[in-house]
Amino acid sequence: MADTYLGLVNTPLPGKLAKTLGLPRPAVLRRYTPGDPLVPGPVLVLGSGPGADALADALLGWDQDVRRHLRPGEKLGAVIMALDAVSRPEDLGAPLLELGPAVRALLPGGRVVSLARPAEEAGDPATAAARQGVDGAVRSVAKELRAGATANGIVLLDGAAADSPGALGALRFLLSGRSAYVDGQFLRVSAVPAPMEPADAGAPLAGRTAVVTGAARGIGAKIAEVLHRDGAKVVVVDVPAAGEQLAAVANRIGGTALQIDITAPDAAARILDHVKERHGALDIFVHNAGITRDKLLANMDPARWNAVIAVNISSQLRINDELLASPVFSPEGRIISLASTSGIAGNRGQSNYAASKAGVIGMVRATAAALAGSGRTINAVAPGFIETDMTAKMPMLTREAARRLSSLQQGGQPVDVAETIAFLASGPGGGINGQVIRVCGQNLVGA
Amino acid sequence: MSNQPGAGAGTTTVRNAVVIGGNRIPFARSGGAYAQSSNKDMLIAALDGLVARFGLQGERVGQVAAGAVLKHSRDFNLTREAVLGSALSASTPAYDLQQACATGLETVVGLANKIKLGQIDSGIAGGVDSASDAPIVVSEGLRRVLLDLSRARTPKQKLAAVSRLRPRDLAPNAPTTGEPRTGLSMGEHQALTTAAWGITREAQDELAFSSHANLAAAYERGFFEDLMTPYRGLTRDANLRADTSLEKLAKLKPVFGAGLDTAATMTAGNSTPLTDGAAVVLLGSEDYARANNLPMLANVVDAEAAAVDFVNGQEGLLMAPVYAMPRLLQRNGLHFDDFDFFEIHEAFASTVLSSIAAWESEKFCRTRLGLDGALGKIDRSKLNVNGSSLAAGHPFAATGGRIVASLAKALAEKGSGRGLISVCAAGGQGVVAILEAR
Repeated sequence: MADTYLGLVNTPLPGKLAKTLGLPRPAVLRRYTPGDPLVPGPVLVLGSGPGADALADALLGWDQDVRRHLRPGEKLGAVIMALDAVSRPEDLGAPLLELGPAVRALLPGGRVVSLARPAEEAGDPATAAARQGVDGAVRSVAKELRAGATANGIVLLDGAAADSPGALGALRFLLSGRSAYVDGQFLRVSAVPAPMEPADAGAPLAGRTAVVTGAARGIGAKIAEVLHRDGAKVVVVDVPAAGEQLAAVANRIGGTALQIDITAPDAAARILDHVKERHGALDIFVHNAGITRDKLLANMDPARWNAVIAVNISSQLRINDELLASPVFSPEGRIISLASTSGIAGNRGQSNYAASKAGVIGMVRATAAALAGSGRTINAVAPGFIETDMTAKMPMLTREAARRLSSLQQGGQPVDVAETIAFLASGPGGGINGQVIRVCGQNLVGA
Repeated sequence: MSNQPGAGAGTTTVRNAVVIGGNRIPFARSGGAYAQSSNKDMLIAALDGLVARFGLQGERVGQVAAGAVLKHSRDFNLTREAVLGSALSASTPAYDLQQACATGLETVVGLANKIKLGQIDSGIAGGVDSASDAPIVVSEGLRRVLLDLSRARTPKQKLAAVSRLRPRDLAPNAPTTGEPRTGLSMGEHQALTTAAWGITREAQDELAFSSHANLAAAYERGFFEDLMTPYRGLTRDANLRADTSLEKLAKLKPVFGAGLDTAATMTAGNSTPLTDGAAVVLLGSEDYARANNLPMLANVVDAEAAAVDFVNGQEGLLMAPVYAMPRLLQRNGLHFDDFDFFEIHEAFASTVLSSIAAWESEKFCRTRLGLDGALGKIDRSKLNVNGSSLAAGHPFAATGGRIVASLAKALAEKGSGRGLISVCAAGGQGVVAILEAR
């Protein structure tokens, strides 16, 4: 459903009125189009130490205008805060106080990205405090930014270098329009040994084959489209009853349609057989299929509860078992599951759905531990309020409230979820394993 | 293109033509889910589902052949128009074919032959029919007046043309399934054959019951998941009655053969209803299938057409396949025992049973077919194992595509053996064909 308020507030007169009245002023987000510049202006790199220098060099290598100090009057496309060397809370002051005026200079759709190391890997309490402090500061900055700008962080795991392929991949994603609706999040990256191709070279997924379940409509159809745009061959899967819409998606993106109920015991075998016959190998599997059967728990019946568990989590567990045991699934294979902020924060009337989506998060973390170092990864993406047929059916006031409850003051689009999935599926997303990436515009729910 | 493997001019060796797969939309009862859909709409839907299943978007297929039995004059180029409306390359050539209920099977035979000869590497065969969106024709009187009016130059000539119009000329001619030369409907023709062979009501109802039970079972085991794409909200054949029983079928009143000396036996339950739907089959050479990583379900081995003189009462209207069968079997050195599946189109239950009775009759086979004895018995457990037209419905030109795709899949599942197809058609015609597992 179109966000009428968002459209209105971005026209001159109503926009002025909203400002005067102090009403929310959601911006039209800077979303990715192939060929776009990485950021809309120069990139300021704050902080001192090896991380700052390494990232400044990398940005120069990407032909970006790099500044190490704010120039009076100059507008910025992004600010990077290298805080990977902090060892006492007092170390945060200088870079953050320098970030303050830089935020004022950010162009619409600008980006703030922090670089830090994980508190739990710190050798002493003071270092842990400093590192954890980054978390609170960045989340707060994200809430202060306006005009579609976002703030996110990169956390370097296991001593990964700031310019390790995984870290640079995450940086490019966060700077680009692909991360438009990702806000207040931290991407935890480990050192990945293999060299990786740049993220937004024209077709980062060229030569890869992807399967997307639940692809007949909504977010699933958009995931299929974005993976296709990025160069992948896509096999779209949905229940036989959705075959007409599924065929339309397949024909739009030059893919193949497979009408399969993923809860069927032979679903994984049939998907793998199809991919093997038509494409030889499978590189990307996106578990998008999901259903809701909302009821307050007091009114819940076994049919509603069991259907949601069967589709949303049991099928994924069964498919993953076969996928990971199959020689058809590539040694660099990527699994991406759709979780939900309901699975993180809970949601009234969704005990079954939240159980299934929290289950996805548990499954992803446990599977990731088993995959660590194998070349394969598994991650979850948790959408917040996304404009789909499903959210269009919400009562008007609830929907309006849900839209404005995020830092970006609007719902996300299906493409925002799809972009994050495409990033996790790409080579540069390979540094990320076992993470739950929220695509929620820093929604207050589950924050 | 001369550089395509096997497709060059002067290729004389006959190569295999294989069934790669098929797609159909669920069949709807006339006036039902597809009441607002045209033949073109439905054929496009069937083609687009096939394109999606096999990833043929933007591909130039060797040729598409299809047709419809009930056809508007504006649909003179139905198949080509459907290709242009589909996700196939606009440079895919197409032609229409019309051979009554054998249309679909004949398109398979024609394109398979082109593939065998190396004229094309791939083809899509099929058909569509809408009994809901049937053309209604103006009366002959009105038609002649309108034509004269279009040629008239002076007001006087125009007035003269219009003055010939009579009120009765304004009544349109509704479409019928009547035979032009006898005026009898197909059902009444079959009633004659049914009586001649003494086919009982019970036997007809049993065959109808098996058709529904077999089709329902095929749905249950997901047989149609890669043979069908839903359309306009319909996900299964609307005519299927999974809960029907012999008792329910026995209660239905006869609708054909009331004027005969013998008791009428043909009911709405053991006759096919008027149906809307479309079905297509993807055919190719082995090289084409391999080069595109496509499955090969079955070979199209051979086919034979026959026709009978039903006008003078020499033979029943729908008995032509009975005559085609021995010619096909002899040419291929095969007997009924050599087949694992029999797909005999159920225009009426009694059509199937009359054909089987004829092949089992020593007298008939000697006198009419010129054989030394009976052609043979058909093992009923191998007959229409995934249901046929009585349960699925029968959109005339779409039935051949339905049968070929389903049989090819059944052969691929079994992994060996042969299947025999028999389709009767209006005009006293029939086509039979052999598919073989790979």
